[in-house]
Amino acid sequence: MPDAHAQQVAVEVTVNGTRRRAAVPPRLTLADYLRERCGLTGTHLGCEHGVCGACTVLIDGDAVRACLVLAVQADGAEVTTVEGIAAPDGELSPVQAAFRDHHGLQCGFCTPGFVVSVTAFLRDHPDPTDEEIRDGLSGNLCRCTGYQGILKAVRAAADGAAAAPKEHA
Amino acid sequence: MKPAPFAYHAPAGAAEAAALLADLGEDAKAIAGGQSLVPMLALRLAVPEHLVDLRRVDELRGIEERDGTVRIGAGTTQAAIGRSATVARGVPLLARATPLIGHFQIRNRGTLGGSLAHADAAAEYPAVALALDARIETLSPRGTGTIDAAAFFTGLWTTALEPDELLTGVAFPVWTGRRGFAVEEFARRGGDFALAGAAVAVELDGDDRVRRCAIGLFGLGSTPLRARAAEAAATGEVAADIDADDVGSAATASLESVPSDLHASAGHRTRVGAAVVARAWRRAIREAADA
Repeated sequence: MPDAHAQQVAVEVTVNGTRRRAAVPPRLTLADYLRERCGLTGTHLGCEHGVCGACTVLIDGDAVRACLVLAVQADGAEVTTVEGIAAPDGELSPVQAAFRDHHGLQCGFCTPGFVVSVTAFLRDHPDPTDEEIRDGLSGNLCRCTGYQGILKAVRAAADGAAAAPKEHA
Repeated sequence: MKPAPFAYHAPAGAAEAAALLADLGEDAKAIAGGQSLVPMLALRLAVPEHLVDLRRVDELRGIEERDGTVRIGAGTTQAAIGRSATVARGVPLLARATPLIGHFQIRNRGTLGGSLAHADAAAEYPAVALALDARIETLSPRGTGTIDAAAFFTGLWTTALEPDELLTGVAFPVWTGRRGFAVEEFARRGGDFALAGAAVAVELDGDDRVRRCAIGLFGLGSTPLRARAAEAAATGEVAADIDADDVGSAATASLESVPSDLHASAGHRTRVGAAVVARAWRRAIREAADA
C-alpha cells in the first residue's frame, strides 16, 4: 500500500502541444501543476474550489475548472491553457481581440478563464443568442467590468466583428 | 496543495475498483468527475486516506435503451447526457434537468453516478432519479445489485451504498403515452444550488385524466423527496380540473426538515417550493395534453 505522504504518480500530459512527463503527488491539482511545474501562470487561481472559473482550461477540447481536476486525472490528456489560445506568432485569437476591443477586462485576473471558456463556448455555439451568451458566461466571475464589456466582446467575437482591424490612438 | 494527502489508485476495470473499495473500506472514496469531491477535498471537508479514481474504467460510460428503460453508465458525464438523443427521447425529465446543473464547465466533468452517490439534497439528478423510480445498479466483490431510488437516499449526503459497493449505472424507466415532463427551480444565481426545485412527470389517459404522475422535490429536506400525497390526490382527476397551485401547496404541506440558512429561511424555501411545483406541474400537463 503506497504511503500517502510520499506517493508520486507518473503522468504524461500534452500542454499547449508540448508533451510533458512528470511525477506528481496525487493531491496536486491540474491548476497547480500548470502553474508550478509548467511555469504557465496564465491559469489564474481565484477561489480554488470551483466557483470563480478563473482557472478554466481545455482538456481534450472541453472547458473545465483546473482547480477541480487532479493532475493525475489529466494523465494522457491534451491540455490547452490561455497561453495556447493565441497564434504562435502572438497574434490574438478572435476572442482575445474582441475582449481588448470591447473593454472585456479591467484588472485582468479573471480574463484567462473567460477567454478559455468563451473559446470553447463559441466553438460549440457559433451563432449564440444573447441569452445563450449570458448562460455560457455564468460559470465565470468578474469583479471589475460589470460584465457589459464582456457580453459585447463575446457578441462581437460571435459575429466575427473582432476580426476587423482597428486603429488604436 | 490544498487537499490533505491521500493514496491514489487508478484501477482499469469496475471489478478491480470494487475490490479496492472492499479492501480499503471506509477510508476510501471513489472519485469520478470530482466536481463535488475535489471542492470538499480542497476545503478539507473530506479527508479520505485513499482515492479510487474511476477515470480508466471505460465500462462505466455509455447510454443504451433496452426493455423499456434507458440505462446510463455511472461514469457518463452530464454533458454527454445533455447531448444524448436517446435520453432526450426516452427520459426527457433527465434531459431537462441537465442544463440546470452547475455550469457547462462543471457538466463536462461531472457524472451521473457522482451526482447520485454524492446525494446532495439540493441537486437535480437525485430528485429526477427518485421521481422516475430509477434503479441504481451496484457492483461489489459480493456481486451485482440494484437499489430502488426510493431506498437509495438515506440522509444528508448519505446513501444506501455500502463501503464496498461501486455505483455502476442507473436504469430509468421510459414513460410512454401522453406524457409531459418539467423541471423548475429557483436559484439566486444561475448555476447555484437551487433554493428549491421540482421535477414533475405526468401521463394523461384518453379522457385527459391523470393516469399517473410523479413529483420529485429538491432543496426542501435532507434528501430529495417525493410528494406522494400530492401525486395521489391528482391521480385519476381530470387534468383541467386540477389547480396547479393546489398541487404546489399539497406537495409542500407536510415537509419535515426544510433547510434554513443564510440563503433562505425554511418558510421562504417552502413557499418557493410550492411555486416551482405549480410551475412544473402546469408545464408538464400542457406538454402531455398536447402529446
